[in-house]
Amino acid sequence: MDLLLQLLASGAVTGCIYALIAIGFVVVYKATGVINFATGELMMLGSFFAWTAMTAAQVPFVAALLVAIAGAAAVGAVVERVVLRPLLGQRAISVIMVTIGLSSIFKGLAQILWSGEYRSFPPIWPRRPITLGPVLLPARQVYPSLIALAAILLLALLFRFTRTGTAMRATAADQATAFGMGIDIRRMFSLSWVLAAVSAAISGVVIGTIGGISPQLGAVGLRIFPVVILGGLDSIGGALVGGIVMGILENLAGGYLDPLLPGGGVKEVAPFVALVLILMVRPYGLFGTRDVERL
Amino acid sequence: MTAPAPPLLAVNNLEVVYHHSVQVLKGLSLAVPEGRIVALLGSNGAGKTTALKAISGLLPLENGAIEAGAVTYRGQDLAGLLPHQIARRGIFQVREGRHVFEDLTVEENLLCATYARPSTPARWRRNAPGATGRGGKAVELDRVYDYFPRLRERRGGLGGYLSGGEQQMLAIGRALVAGPDLMLLDEPSLGLSPLLVEEIFAIVERINREQGTTILLVEQNAHMALQLASHGYIMENGKVVLDGPVERLRQDRDVQEFYLGRRGGQAKSYREVKHYKRRKRWLS
Repeated sequence: MDLLLQLLASGAVTGCIYALIAIGFVVVYKATGVINFATGELMMLGSFFAWTAMTAAQVPFVAALLVAIAGAAAVGAVVERVVLRPLLGQRAISVIMVTIGLSSIFKGLAQILWSGEYRSFPPIWPRRPITLGPVLLPARQVYPSLIALAAILLLALLFRFTRTGTAMRATAADQATAFGMGIDIRRMFSLSWVLAAVSAAISGVVIGTIGGISPQLGAVGLRIFPVVILGGLDSIGGALVGGIVMGILENLAGGYLDPLLPGGGVKEVAPFVALVLILMVRPYGLFGTRDVERL
Repeated sequence: MTAPAPPLLAVNNLEVVYHHSVQVLKGLSLAVPEGRIVALLGSNGAGKTTALKAISGLLPLENGAIEAGAVTYRGQDLAGLLPHQIARRGIFQVREGRHVFEDLTVEENLLCATYARPSTPARWRRNAPGATGRGGKAVELDRVYDYFPRLRERRGGLGGYLSGGEQQMLAIGRALVAGPDLMLLDEPSLGLSPLLVEEIFAIVERINREQGTTILLVEQNAHMALQLASHGYIMENGKVVLDGPVERLRQDRDVQEFYLGRRGGQAKSYREVKHYKRRKRWLS
């Protein structure tokens, strides 16, 4: 019983971070209809920004996080303006291919700037684990997920309650109508890339503080893809639930099944198995919208 | 003799081509004087909606392009402006089929239209008081709810759950929030019950009278449109074939036959009308 609780709790904690990464995909997909396969590399870049600020400039962690956010926002804005805007109106598949290209470019750039070496952040989180009843969680997992959770909450509030957030949702729903209502949809596209890059950077930083960073960190982004599909490509709430479900699934599979198999590795496969099963039942994801329909 | 005041909107010899190959407008010209309601009539495929899209700048989104001619608004050529810029200059299109944001609430739908609020000092002054972008939000919404009390009841509900009539109200309500000088109204009566059509047209007339909004009205329902408007244009095959004050159009034999569906007070069969229309198109 204790094992189950432990696995559930640490799964949920990891899941919050997965959710934040997934939201990076969702924000861009919602606004522009493009799956941004460079999301993982934006994570990686963000984590390197923060790492550089902490090690080279010796700034405290919070300042480093802000540096990462600012840097990623700039990268997002520049990429949107220089690479993606000229492609406006092209088929989604061409743009998706471009994001795959971007991911390679970012990876190469990171290799050049920071070398391929594996780096770790200076110790940030307290060593003492956090006890919740029978469950014992390492502080270096709990605090990062709290940061991720806070970021998700902020994003959700922004989309729900601000004028800009409303305009972004309107643009996502019907570009031509939004355009005709005076909304500069190009600004909304750009903003969505900035927000996606920022959420990716935050998740990259917190993941980096848990397990260290290298230019290969972006691969995590692809591992999160099942979460995105599971939650539904266009739902932030779905990304949150999807992330937590995936985190728990992974942990349960790892905790109960790995010891039974000689090779192990169930933890890595479990999310994809779940993905296939769920998509067979709900092709648009758990929370993805088909369409609102009047009955 | 003084020259007549220039119209608010002038369309001159407009030619529009879709996908580089299909020509839909073939030299369309029309003028909309300030403060009036002008009706644009014509059968399906005559190019009415295309004309509106050419004015509001939405053509490129559908692979359409203006090949020749110009759209002039307050003496300025609108060529090269993007839809949101045109909207902020005071031209607001209420598109055919309502295009309500289904996943947004009624109030959020209205809020989006504040982006089209005046962007130039001149327009700002014309719309004062209560015409500021953000600060005027409550005033704007109240004005919409005053015209459409039913929207106030449903303001927290999703746009997608409204009935067809309520969606049309919301679409016009968004235009009210934008407070345009020129409203392009595309088929507001489409798919509505006769009672609702009466209601919507009464409100359009009220908006024109109370807000001083100039309206270019595209309609299939020629009967209603010719009652509301002061001037009418009739389109066939991408250009205007007839225009004039509505009193004169209502007396015109062709208009009576093809658009009002009667001859000498007698209703004509649809088949005959169809036949005449086709014959006329071939001969033109």
